[in-house]
Amino acid sequence: MGRITECFEALKAANHKALIPFITAGDPSPEVTLPLLHTLVENGADIIELGVPFSDPMADGPVIQRSTERALKHNIGLHNVLDIVSEFRKTNKKTPIILMGYLNPVEIMGYGKFAKQASAAGVDGILVVDMPPEESDELQSELKQYGIDQVFLLAPTTSDKRLAEICSKASGFLYYVSLKGVTGSNQLNIEEVAGKIAHIRNLTGLPVGVGFGIKDASSAKSVSAFSDAVIVGSSLVNLIADLADKTDRMITEAGKFIAQLRMAIDAPH
Amino acid sequence: MQNTNPAAASTVKSGSDITLPDVKGHFGPYGGRFVAETLMGPLEELTQAYEHYLKDPEFLSELNYELKHYVGRPSPLYHAKRWSEMLGGAQIYLKREDLNHTGAHKVNNTVGQALLARRMGKTRIIAETGAGQHGVASATVAARLGLECVVYMGSEDIKRQSTNVFRMKLLGATVVPVEAGSKTLKDALNEAMRDWVTNVDNTFYIIGTVAGPHPYPAMVRDFQAVIGREAREQCLDMTGRLPDALVACVGGGSNAIGLFHPFIKDKTVEMYGVEAGGEGIETGHHAAPLTAGSPGVLHGNRTYLMEDEDGQIIETHSISAGLDYPGVGPEHAWLKDIGRAQYVAINDDEALAAFHTLTRIEGIMPALESSHALAYTEKLAPKMSREKIILVNLSGRGDKDIQTVAALKGITL
Repeated sequence: MGRITECFEALKAANHKALIPFITAGDPSPEVTLPLLHTLVENGADIIELGVPFSDPMADGPVIQRSTERALKHNIGLHNVLDIVSEFRKTNKKTPIILMGYLNPVEIMGYGKFAKQASAAGVDGILVVDMPPEESDELQSELKQYGIDQVFLLAPTTSDKRLAEICSKASGFLYYVSLKGVTGSNQLNIEEVAGKIAHIRNLTGLPVGVGFGIKDASSAKSVSAFSDAVIVGSSLVNLIADLADKTDRMITEAGKFIAQLRMAIDAPH
Repeated sequence: MQNTNPAAASTVKSGSDITLPDVKGHFGPYGGRFVAETLMGPLEELTQAYEHYLKDPEFLSELNYELKHYVGRPSPLYHAKRWSEMLGGAQIYLKREDLNHTGAHKVNNTVGQALLARRMGKTRIIAETGAGQHGVASATVAARLGLECVVYMGSEDIKRQSTNVFRMKLLGATVVPVEAGSKTLKDALNEAMRDWVTNVDNTFYIIGTVAGPHPYPAMVRDFQAVIGREAREQCLDMTGRLPDALVACVGGGSNAIGLFHPFIKDKTVEMYGVEAGGEGIETGHHAAPLTAGSPGVLHGNRTYLMEDEDGQIIETHSISAGLDYPGVGPEHAWLKDIGRAQYVAINDDEALAAFHTLTRIEGIMPALESSHALAYTEKLAPKMSREKIILVNLSGRGDKDIQTVAALKGITL
């Protein structure tokens, strides 16, 4: 059993929901990422999504785009991200790490080489935004050899037929994109999302996380009521950007923000 | 040939002999559908609509009417006798896509996609543009059909092509400057994709080239193949034989695939795609992924790209905004690998020289994009005998480029 599944089972047994923050590796500079990761965990993150910078982040809004550009100024590529994960694993053997990004860096490294190196670094899962299940057979067979989960997205536009196909290929958990749009959008309709999640649960036993449009403690709490995991990206990345030149304060504030979300999610509904 | 009437070739027929892409949009290892999940449903819907209407006689007759009466097809095939004589080799024939309404081949595709958008009940169209020709062609058909139109354009390109920006605004389109990344065509495409994923219910995304996720490479090719169908019949009509070589410039590759595709089975016809060599391939400042790039995944398809060892897309350079793109249509990638077409590069200064030559020798001012094809023709023609025929796609007119050309001469207009 992989760390991701172990994590969800432990949370379920304790009747808790997962909190999954997203940060871009190397944003605003490479040396900040490792302390940030540890702070997120210390303040209540269950799983971490670590963004792999890509020059053309087609599915991201301005906040994540700019975080990517900041990281790319330091030439942070996939192998640097794997180095950061290796460092993190020296002191943390428990918290699952999921890489999130676009296909081309993985494609250029090569699927087999990527799977081997990611596994050696201690990566538990990967979410390739622009790789739907239809195109993923080859990568998935490499990942399976090393026990790395491939997390797939589900969207409001996903038909029932595709939903069933995606559920059959996914492992770890499913990531429901709560709205039509890019990351950092602001139009979350809680009731509509709750209905969709209920529908998805009829089709799969995998945990279902919700991301896109979750901005604060209040929306995190609402979403945690009907999902297994709450994914928060742009608000955290925004906070990091605002304090980019004050590293110590940035790390403290990021920790506080995660602690607030943790408290909101864990409070009785 | 049972029919050598060019007018007949300019009509789009259903059930052409297309064997690629496969059902998932693959041309060999290239193409496919690499997009975020939110767009998978809309792309499937688009594929079904496109496959349905391309067999619908009513839709085809509507499309053919617009191509004839609005675009002005068929476009002439012109024997450039003075230029051929000057080069002293093969006879050169120019397919005059510059004479289309809006001044380039781009409108063949926008008319088709906009009519499809209307059939699908979409009220808003979006487009990306580099040189501005596709933006103008999209804004034009949007005005013609009464559709809202938003065009994404890199802020660098807006500076280079201010005339086309004003033209789009006159046509009623909203031009959105894109400040991300290199501020050119690739970034405009990213931004258009972001708009589409957000407004997918009422919006149709008109991609201007044979790239992007399936069905775009196949659909845009089918709308542009009218160029090659006409040219094939016109050449037979005028000379009694097929050309020996085809030459077309390749950015994304829509004018080239439009010319090449109807000739793919004519094994005696050689095909040359001409990429932008910029300041020279050896300088790294170019936009020639087929000549000097490697395969990867960008903008929804697997194809040759300009990329670094980390898989980041690198900035391109070309004198012509329309060729300044780090990828290329997946069918070109396939034609390169199987050896059916050859891809070469022409530098900025060579293209510029050809721009001046054609203007002075034939009284035809070509677009800087098309000038790349002309410059390669100047190298090819003298190596061939006078009985041979080279058919060049003159994909657009050069009026939009006179400011660029003037600036290079130090002249302010």
